[in-house]
Amino acid sequence: MTLAACALVLIGGFLGGVCRFFLSGVVGRGVGETFPWGTLAVNVSGALAIGAFAGAARSVGGIFASDLVRDLVVVGLFGGYTTVSSFCLQTLNLGLDGEGRLAAFNVVASAALCVLFVALGFWAVVWVVSSTTWVVGSATGAAG
Amino acid sequence: MRLYLAVGCGAAVGSLTRFLSGYVIVSLLGLNALWSTAFVNVVGSWVIMAFATLTGPDGRLMVSQAARNFVMAGFCGGLTTFSAMSLDTFLLLFQGDWPLAATYLISVVGLSLAAAWLGYLMASRLNRLPVER
Repeated sequence: MTLAACALVLIGGFLGGVCRFFLSGVVGRGVGETFPWGTLAVNVSGALAIGAFAGAARSVGGIFASDLVRDLVVVGLFGGYTTVSSFCLQTLNLGLDGEGRLAAFNVVASAALCVLFVALGFWAVVWVVSSTTWVVGSATGAAG
Repeated sequence: MRLYLAVGCGAAVGSLTRFLSGYVIVSLLGLNALWSTAFVNVVGSWVIMAFATLTGPDGRLMVSQAARNFVMAGFCGGLTTFSAMSLDTFLLLFQGDWPLAATYLISVVGLSLAAAWLGYLMASRLNRLPVER
Protein backbone atom coordinates (compact mmCIF):
# COMPACT_ATOMS: atom_id res chain seq x y z
CA MET A 1 0.00 0.00 0.00
CA THR A 2 2.02 2.91 -1.31
CA LEU A 3 1.24 6.23 -2.93
CA ALA A 4 2.63 4.86 -6.21
CA ALA A 5 0.22 1.92 -6.05
CA CYS A 6 -2.72 4.30 -5.47
CA ALA A 7 -1.65 6.46 -8.41
CA LEU A 8 -1.40 3.40 -10.69
CA VAL A 9 -4.88 2.23 -9.62
CA LEU A 10 -6.26 5.74 -10.39
CA ILE A 11 -4.69 5.75 -13.87
CA GLY A 12 -5.77 2.18 -14.65
CA GLY A 13 -9.27 2.81 -13.33
CA PHE A 14 -9.64 5.96 -15.45
CA LEU A 15 -8.60 4.14 -18.64
CA GLY A 16 -10.74 1.09 -17.81
CA GLY A 17 -13.84 3.21 -17.19
CA VAL A 18 -13.39 5.14 -20.43
CA CYS A 19 -12.89 1.89 -22.42
CA ARG A 20 -16.04 0.41 -20.87
CA PHE A 21 -18.11 3.51 -21.61
CA PHE A 22 -16.85 3.51 -25.19
CA LEU A 23 -17.37 -0.21 -25.89
CA SER A 24 -20.76 -0.53 -24.19
CA GLY A 25 -21.90 2.57 -26.11
CA VAL A 26 -20.70 1.21 -29.45
CA VAL A 27 -22.27 -2.23 -28.87
CA GLY A 28 -25.49 -0.69 -27.49
CA ARG A 29 -25.88 1.60 -30.50
CA GLY A 30 -25.01 -1.27 -32.85
CA VAL A 31 -27.37 -3.99 -31.65
CA GLY A 32 -29.95 -1.99 -29.68
CA GLU A 33 -30.40 -1.30 -25.99
CA THR A 34 -33.19 -3.78 -25.18
CA PHE A 35 -30.77 -6.42 -23.94
CA PRO A 36 -27.53 -5.17 -22.27
CA TRP A 37 -25.16 -6.73 -24.84
CA GLY A 38 -22.71 -3.88 -24.26
CA THR A 39 -22.14 -4.67 -20.57
CA LEU A 40 -21.98 -8.39 -21.36
CA ALA A 41 -19.32 -7.74 -24.04
CA VAL A 42 -17.32 -5.62 -21.58
CA ASN A 43 -17.46 -8.19 -18.77
CA VAL A 44 -16.65 -11.16 -21.01
CA SER A 45 -13.72 -9.42 -22.71
CA GLY A 46 -12.46 -8.23 -19.31
CA ALA A 47 -12.69 -11.81 -18.04
CA LEU A 48 -10.62 -13.05 -21.00
CA ALA A 49 -8.02 -10.35 -20.32
CA ILE A 50 -7.72 -11.00 -16.58
CA GLY A 51 -7.46 -14.75 -17.23
CA ALA A 52 -4.70 -14.18 -19.77
CA PHE A 53 -2.87 -11.90 -17.31
CA ALA A 54 -3.17 -14.46 -14.51
CA GLY A 55 -1.84 -17.10 -16.90
CA ALA A 56 1.12 -14.89 -17.76
CA ALA A 57 1.80 -14.15 -14.08
CA ARG A 58 1.89 -17.86 -13.40
CA SER A 59 3.82 -19.14 -16.41
CA VAL A 60 6.03 -16.19 -17.38
CA GLY A 61 6.38 -14.38 -14.07
CA GLY A 62 8.67 -11.36 -14.32
CA ILE A 63 6.82 -8.07 -14.78
CA PHE A 64 3.49 -9.94 -15.00
CA ALA A 65 3.95 -11.06 -11.41
CA SER A 66 5.13 -7.70 -10.04
CA ASP A 67 2.88 -5.94 -7.55
CA LEU A 68 2.87 -2.53 -9.24
CA VAL A 69 2.02 -3.91 -12.70
CA ARG A 70 -0.74 -5.92 -11.05
CA ASP A 71 -2.11 -2.77 -9.35
CA LEU A 72 -2.12 -0.88 -12.67
CA VAL A 73 -3.46 -3.62 -14.94
CA VAL A 74 -5.53 -6.01 -12.80
CA VAL A 75 -6.87 -3.76 -10.03
CA GLY A 76 -7.02 -0.53 -12.04
CA LEU A 77 -7.55 -1.30 -15.74
CA PHE A 78 -9.48 -4.61 -15.69
CA GLY A 79 -11.22 -3.82 -12.39
CA GLY A 80 -12.34 -0.41 -13.62
CA TYR A 81 -13.28 -1.83 -17.03
CA THR A 82 -15.62 -4.61 -15.84
CA THR A 83 -18.69 -3.88 -13.75
CA VAL A 84 -21.21 -5.64 -11.55
CA SER A 85 -23.24 -2.49 -10.82
CA SER A 86 -24.39 -1.86 -14.41
CA PHE A 87 -25.06 -5.58 -14.75
CA CYS A 88 -27.36 -5.46 -11.68
CA LEU A 89 -29.03 -2.21 -12.80
CA GLN A 90 -29.79 -3.58 -16.27
CA THR A 91 -30.89 -6.99 -14.97
CA LEU A 92 -33.33 -5.38 -12.52
CA ASN A 93 -34.62 -3.00 -15.19
CA LEU A 94 -35.33 -5.99 -17.47
CA GLY A 95 -37.20 -7.62 -14.58
CA LEU A 96 -39.14 -4.43 -13.76
CA ASP A 97 -40.12 -4.12 -17.44
CA GLY A 98 -41.65 -7.60 -17.27
CA GLU A 99 -38.78 -9.26 -19.17
CA GLY A 100 -38.06 -11.82 -16.45
CA ARG A 101 -36.70 -14.41 -18.85
CA LEU A 102 -34.23 -11.98 -20.41
CA ALA A 103 -33.15 -10.91 -16.90
CA ALA A 104 -32.53 -14.53 -15.90
CA PHE A 105 -30.70 -15.16 -19.17
CA ASN A 106 -28.47 -12.13 -18.51
CA VAL A 107 -27.52 -13.43 -15.04
CA VAL A 108 -26.74 -16.98 -16.20
CA ALA A 109 -24.96 -15.90 -19.39
CA SER A 110 -22.82 -13.27 -17.62
CA ALA A 111 -21.72 -15.58 -14.80
CA ALA A 112 -21.08 -18.63 -16.99
CA LEU A 113 -19.37 -16.82 -19.87
CA CYS A 114 -17.12 -14.76 -17.60
CA VAL A 115 -15.78 -17.77 -15.69
CA LEU A 116 -15.40 -19.67 -19.00
CA PHE A 117 -13.47 -16.81 -20.60
CA VAL A 118 -11.16 -16.45 -17.59
CA ALA A 119 -10.34 -20.14 -18.06
CA LEU A 120 -9.86 -19.68 -21.83
CA GLY A 121 -7.51 -16.73 -21.37
CA PHE A 122 -5.58 -18.48 -18.61
CA TRP A 123 -5.08 -21.77 -20.44
CA ALA A 124 -4.35 -20.11 -23.80
CA VAL A 125 -1.44 -18.15 -22.31
CA VAL A 126 -0.16 -21.07 -20.22
CA TRP A 127 -0.30 -23.31 -23.31
CA VAL A 128 1.45 -20.81 -25.60
CA VAL A 129 4.18 -20.17 -23.03
CA SER A 130 4.76 -23.85 -22.29
CA SER A 131 4.99 -24.69 -26.00
CA THR A 132 7.58 -22.03 -26.74
CA THR A 133 11.13 -22.76 -25.67
CA TRP A 134 12.46 -19.20 -25.60
CA VAL A 135 10.69 -18.28 -22.39
CA VAL A 136 12.54 -18.81 -19.16
CA GLY A 137 9.62 -19.02 -16.79
CA SER A 138 8.95 -19.90 -13.22
CA ALA A 139 6.18 -22.31 -12.36
CA THR A 140 5.00 -20.37 -9.35
CA GLY A 141 5.07 -16.92 -10.88
CA ALA A 142 6.68 -15.64 -7.70
CA ALA A 143 10.06 -15.10 -9.32
CA GLY A 144 11.07 -14.91 -12.94
CA MET B 1 -16.00 14.36 -24.41
CA ARG B 2 -17.32 15.79 -21.14
CA LEU B 3 -19.15 12.53 -20.48
CA TYR B 4 -16.00 10.49 -21.09
CA LEU B 5 -14.10 12.68 -18.64
CA ALA B 6 -16.89 12.27 -16.06
CA VAL B 7 -16.90 8.48 -16.46
CA GLY B 8 -13.10 8.25 -16.39
CA CYS B 9 -12.73 10.35 -13.23
CA GLY B 10 -15.57 8.50 -11.52
CA ALA B 11 -14.04 5.14 -12.45
CA ALA B 12 -10.63 6.26 -11.14
CA VAL B 13 -12.14 7.25 -7.78
CA GLY B 14 -14.25 4.08 -7.68
CA SER B 15 -11.24 1.86 -8.44
CA LEU B 16 -9.17 3.55 -5.75
CA THR B 17 -12.04 3.07 -3.27
CA ARG B 18 -12.11 -0.64 -4.20
CA PHE B 19 -8.32 -0.86 -3.76
CA LEU B 20 -8.40 0.88 -0.36
CA SER B 21 -11.37 -1.12 0.93
CA GLY B 22 -9.51 -4.26 -0.14
CA TYR B 23 -6.55 -3.09 1.93
CA VAL B 24 -8.76 -2.52 4.97
CA ILE B 25 -10.61 -5.84 4.63
CA VAL B 26 -7.59 -8.03 3.81
CA SER B 27 -4.62 -6.39 5.53
CA LEU B 28 -6.25 -4.69 8.52
CA LEU B 29 -9.19 -6.98 9.27
CA GLY B 30 -7.34 -10.10 8.12
CA LEU B 31 -10.25 -11.48 6.07
CA ASN B 32 -9.94 -13.53 2.89
CA ALA B 33 -9.63 -11.49 -0.35
CA LEU B 34 -12.91 -13.02 -1.52
CA TRP B 35 -14.71 -10.80 1.03
CA SER B 36 -13.31 -7.59 -0.39
CA THR B 37 -14.57 -8.32 -3.92
CA ALA B 38 -17.94 -9.39 -2.53
CA PHE B 39 -18.15 -6.19 -0.42
CA VAL B 40 -17.47 -3.70 -3.24
CA ASN B 41 -19.83 -5.49 -5.64
CA VAL B 42 -22.71 -5.51 -3.18
CA VAL B 43 -22.19 -1.88 -2.11
CA GLY B 44 -21.74 -0.63 -5.70
CA SER B 45 -24.91 -2.39 -6.83
CA TRP B 46 -26.90 -0.79 -4.03
CA VAL B 47 -25.51 2.69 -4.80
CA ILE B 48 -26.13 2.53 -8.57
CA MET B 49 -29.76 1.45 -8.24
CA ALA B 50 -30.54 3.90 -5.41
CA PHE B 51 -28.91 6.78 -7.31
CA ALA B 52 -30.54 5.81 -10.64
CA THR B 53 -33.98 5.76 -8.98
CA LEU B 54 -33.45 9.04 -7.10
CA THR B 55 -32.26 10.87 -10.24
CA GLY B 56 -34.58 9.12 -12.73
CA PRO B 57 -37.65 10.61 -14.45
CA ASP B 58 -39.79 10.15 -11.28
CA GLY B 59 -36.93 10.91 -8.92
CA ARG B 60 -36.67 13.86 -6.60
CA LEU B 61 -33.05 14.69 -7.35
CA MET B 62 -32.21 16.72 -10.44
CA VAL B 63 -28.65 16.20 -11.61
CA SER B 64 -26.86 16.83 -14.90
CA GLN B 65 -26.12 14.05 -17.36
CA ALA B 66 -22.41 14.38 -16.56
CA ALA B 67 -23.02 14.01 -12.81
CA ARG B 68 -25.21 10.98 -13.43
CA ASN B 69 -22.46 9.38 -15.53
CA PHE B 70 -19.80 10.29 -12.96
CA VAL B 71 -21.65 8.39 -10.22
CA MET B 72 -23.22 5.51 -12.16
CA ALA B 73 -21.02 4.49 -15.10
CA GLY B 74 -17.98 6.04 -13.41
CA PHE B 75 -17.83 5.54 -9.64
CA CYS B 76 -20.10 2.47 -9.34
CA GLY B 77 -18.63 0.90 -12.47
CA GLY B 78 -15.11 1.42 -11.17
CA LEU B 79 -15.97 0.29 -7.64
CA THR B 80 -17.50 -3.01 -8.75
CA THR B 81 -15.62 -5.63 -10.71
CA PHE B 82 -16.81 -8.64 -12.65
CA SER B 83 -13.29 -9.63 -13.71
CA ALA B 84 -11.85 -10.14 -10.20
CA MET B 85 -14.97 -12.09 -9.19
CA SER B 86 -14.64 -14.36 -12.23
CA LEU B 87 -10.91 -14.83 -11.64
CA ASP B 88 -11.48 -15.70 -7.96
CA THR B 89 -14.10 -18.26 -9.02
CA PHE B 90 -11.77 -19.75 -11.63
CA LEU B 91 -8.86 -19.99 -9.17
CA LEU B 92 -11.11 -21.81 -6.67
CA LEU B 93 -12.14 -24.23 -9.43
CA PHE B 94 -8.48 -24.58 -10.42
CA GLN B 95 -7.66 -25.60 -6.83
CA GLY B 96 -10.45 -28.17 -7.05
CA ASP B 97 -12.67 -26.40 -4.51
CA TRP B 98 -15.78 -26.34 -6.70
CA PRO B 99 -18.27 -26.18 -3.77
CA LEU B 100 -16.73 -22.91 -2.56
CA ALA B 101 -16.43 -21.62 -6.16
CA ALA B 102 -20.13 -22.22 -6.80
CA THR B 103 -21.18 -20.84 -3.38
CA TYR B 104 -19.04 -17.74 -3.89
CA LEU B 105 -20.19 -16.89 -7.42
CA ILE B 106 -23.88 -17.57 -6.74
CA SER B 107 -23.93 -15.68 -3.44
CA VAL B 108 -22.03 -12.60 -4.69
CA VAL B 109 -24.23 -12.31 -7.81
CA GLY B 110 -27.35 -13.00 -5.74
CA LEU B 111 -26.44 -10.54 -2.97
CA SER B 112 -25.53 -7.84 -5.52
CA LEU B 113 -28.90 -8.21 -7.23
CA ALA B 114 -30.63 -8.18 -3.83
CA ALA B 115 -28.69 -5.03 -2.83
CA ALA B 116 -29.70 -3.34 -6.10
CA TRP B 117 -33.34 -4.27 -5.46
CA LEU B 118 -33.09 -2.89 -1.91
CA GLY B 119 -31.59 0.32 -3.30
CA TYR B 120 -34.49 0.59 -5.71
CA LEU B 121 -37.08 0.07 -2.94
CA MET B 122 -35.43 2.56 -0.57
CA ALA B 123 -35.06 5.24 -3.24
CA SER B 124 -38.62 4.74 -4.54
CA ARG B 125 -39.84 5.25 -1.01
CA LEU B 126 -37.82 8.45 -0.69
CA ASN B 127 -39.22 9.62 -4.03
CA ARG B 128 -42.79 9.19 -2.75
CA LEU B 129 -42.29 11.14 0.49
CA PRO B 130 -44.24 14.41 0.51
CA VAL B 131 -42.15 17.44 -0.37
CA GLU B 132 -41.58 19.70 2.65
CA ARG B 133 -42.35 23.36 2.21
